[in-house]
Amino acid sequence: MKVLVPVKRVIDYNVKVRVKADGSGVDLANVKMSMNPFDEIAVEEAIRLKEAGKATEVVAVSIGVKQNQETLRTALAMGADRAILVVAADDVHTDIEPLAVAKILAAIVKEEEPGLVLAGKQAIDNDMNATGQMLSALLGWSQGTFASEVDIDGDNAKVTREVDGGLQTITVKMPTIITVDLRLNEPRYASLPNIMKAKRKPLDEKTPGDYGVDVTPRLTVVKTEEPAARAAGIKVGSVDELVAKLKEAGAV
Amino acid sequence: MHFGLSEEQEMIVSTVRSFVEKEIYPHEAEVERTGIVPHELGLRIKQKCIDLGFYACNFPEEVGGAGLSHMDFTLVERELGRGSMALTHFFGRPQNILMACEGEQREKYLLPAVRGDRMDALAMTEPDAGSDVRGMKCQAVRSGGDWVVNGSKHFISGAEHADFFIVFIATGVDETPKGPKKRITCFLVDRGHPGFEVRDGYNSVSHKGYKNCILTFDDCRLPDAQVLGQVDGGFEVMNEWLYATRLTVAAFCVGRARRCFDYAVEYAAERKQFGQAIAKFQGVSFQVADMITEIDAADWLTLAGAWRLDQGLPANREIASAKLHASEMLARVTDTTLQIFGGMGLMDDFPIERFWRDARVERIWDGTSEIQRHIISRELFRPLGA
Ligand SMILES: Cc1cc2nc3c(=O)[nH]c(=O)nc-3n(C[C@H](O)[C@H](O)[C@H](O)COP(=O)(O)OP(=O)(O)OC[C@H]3O[C@@H](n4cnc5c(N)ncnc54)[C@H](O)[C@@H]3O)c2cc1C
Ligand SMILES: Cc1cc2nc3c(=O)[nH]c(=O)nc-3n(C[C@H](O)[C@H](O)[C@H](O)COP(=O)(O)OP(=O)(O)OC[C@H]3O[C@@H](n4cnc5c(N)ncnc54)[C@H](O)[C@@H]3O)c2cc1C
Repeated sequence: MKVLVPVKRVIDYNVKVRVKADGSGVDLANVKMSMNPFDEIAVEEAIRLKEAGKATEVVAVSIGVKQNQETLRTALAMGADRAILVVAADDVHTDIEPLAVAKILAAIVKEEEPGLVLAGKQAIDNDMNATGQMLSALLGWSQGTFASEVDIDGDNAKVTREVDGGLQTITVKMPTIITVDLRLNEPRYASLPNIMKAKRKPLDEKTPGDYGVDVTPRLTVVKTEEPAARAAGIKVGSVDELVAKLKEAGAV
Repeated sequence: MHFGLSEEQEMIVSTVRSFVEKEIYPHEAEVERTGIVPHELGLRIKQKCIDLGFYACNFPEEVGGAGLSHMDFTLVERELGRGSMALTHFFGRPQNILMACEGEQREKYLLPAVRGDRMDALAMTEPDAGSDVRGMKCQAVRSGGDWVVNGSKHFISGAEHADFFIVFIATGVDETPKGPKKRITCFLVDRGHPGFEVRDGYNSVSHKGYKNCILTFDDCRLPDAQVLGQVDGGFEVMNEWLYATRLTVAAFCVGRARRCFDYAVEYAAERKQFGQAIAKFQGVSFQVADMITEIDAADWLTLAGAWRLDQGLPANREIASAKLHASEMLARVTDTTLQIFGGMGLMDDFPIERFWRDARVERIWDGTSEIQRHIISRELFRPLGA
């Protein structure tokens, strides 16, 4: 079974984001970019499936700017076998919307015929949480979202989902799309030998045109603003003081 | 001219950076408080590093290392410089000088060191011989085909965890027109060897948990098989392998300075006095500007030294300059950062006071700043006969 893993290049989670002066979005010029952390978890899961003998090949896909090549090299250094880069924009500030991404992925799935797509549940930049679901609709495949545990067994996959108030376990038919949550696994570091090998692994470069997809945005960003600053907290000296303060604030 | 990193180098940097952030940072405060690296923790860091193929990455592939170039390895050292030295010690980088091992020495010392089965320490300094290495008193005399060693070494880092020691010992004296000149030989000495003892050293304010020890030799008998390189050839092996280690000090300083600098910038932007961020005062912001300028300069000087080594170009003076400038830069950057933090900079609630203390040794070990200036100026004036 082949596993397809879409990976997005996003602003690094450690970077303090800054809104551009004109409010058109977040400033991405000269800031550290990394693989979306949820996608890293998806890559890790795919590699584990391969190590467990349940997958034969792991293909990473990234859609965005030319620099997404670095994100794909990271996936290759973690252990993916090959990569597909779809260059869909020149400007790092151009965000390709979930529907366009899902359409391109759907076309790639038809070409590559994977038995499983493992994606992050959302990208930490705009938190859309939509691509996996849209891909499922476009392909007519089953889906298991917010996975904290995945067990592939022949024609079925058992997916434990993190839902409000607890865990839900569902069984989906293969081929399927699984979007992964934070607790599924802890992604590995790229090993030094794999970093050195990554360059030699195949990386195909494509365009949306190759898949007949129009990536023109459907959404208009009206305004981006920083969240309001939070008021400073206070330190309390004892539990009694804490309880007193909470009572004062009407919280208990 | 090309100043960018390759994709591999970017990945090496980001992997080592996240390793340091996730595997080293969380344990720093405890090591600082107790002055001890728990045995289990050291082993765990070492094993992770071995699993990742980074252990002994400074060694060539044919002996089981990763065969990194000087440039790649300098980048690794730079990222490790961010973390506690007591802990990154277990991100093993055995002494390159072990490449001088021959015959059975390879099986006994070189290969186990590269695999991480045995750890090494290097001993040159003595109470009466620091900068003046050749003035050493620890000596070996011939006896029945073996060597009998008497004397001591001090300030020996990594000795606590070392399974064997690379020790420089005087093996004779030559009379020269300039006076007597000691002949030096490099020996490999196993921990536990009769007549050889490792004792606790002094407490240093720099790099808590990265202890230094005292080694004593009391009629310690060593066969010729323990000689690394040639008898009386100690300076040859030293010159061939050891000057590059100064580059690792420079790289350490750059990495550490960058970590410290991030604290300075963030604090200056957030700390408000007189109704505004202190970064708004030029008295503060210009210091920040000077800091980054110095850090970048030291970074390029260091990487240029590594590049020269990779090109096979003479690099002795350049590496001495990098070590000198980077270690003095780190002293200024940590001191300025502490100043920007005001009184809080001195408190151990932040790591700034630790960076400031740690920085102090960098101008002393692996050749003091004065000795680096001596090396640099000697190269400039020797051709002129001055
Ligand atoms: C924490 C720590 C760990 C160490 N680890 C090791 C180790 O693992 N292995 C090892 O072998 N050594 C180690 N050292 C020793 C270190 O390399 C020496 O401390 C260093 O070489 C300086 O020697 P010294 O301390 O004896 O100072 P000295 O040589 O006595 O110098 C005293 C002062 O005189 C100056 N000076 C000396 N000669 C000259 C000159 N010709 N011109 C101008 N000024 C001069 C020096 O710059 C210095 O300011 C360590 C030291 C420390 C502090
Ligand atoms: C060990 C210790 C004991 C102390 N004991 C006492 C005590 O007994 N009683 C007491 O009242 N206080 C005491 N202090 C407080 C001490 O006086 C303050 O630490 C000092 O005044 C600096 O204030 P701060 O630490 O808040 O730094 P900040 O005022 O926050 O300064 C941070 C940085 O900003 C710079 N800065 C601030 N304003 C400007 C400006 N306008 N232009 C340019 N640069 C600026 C400062 O020079 C500094 O580099 C003590 C401090 C220490 C560390």
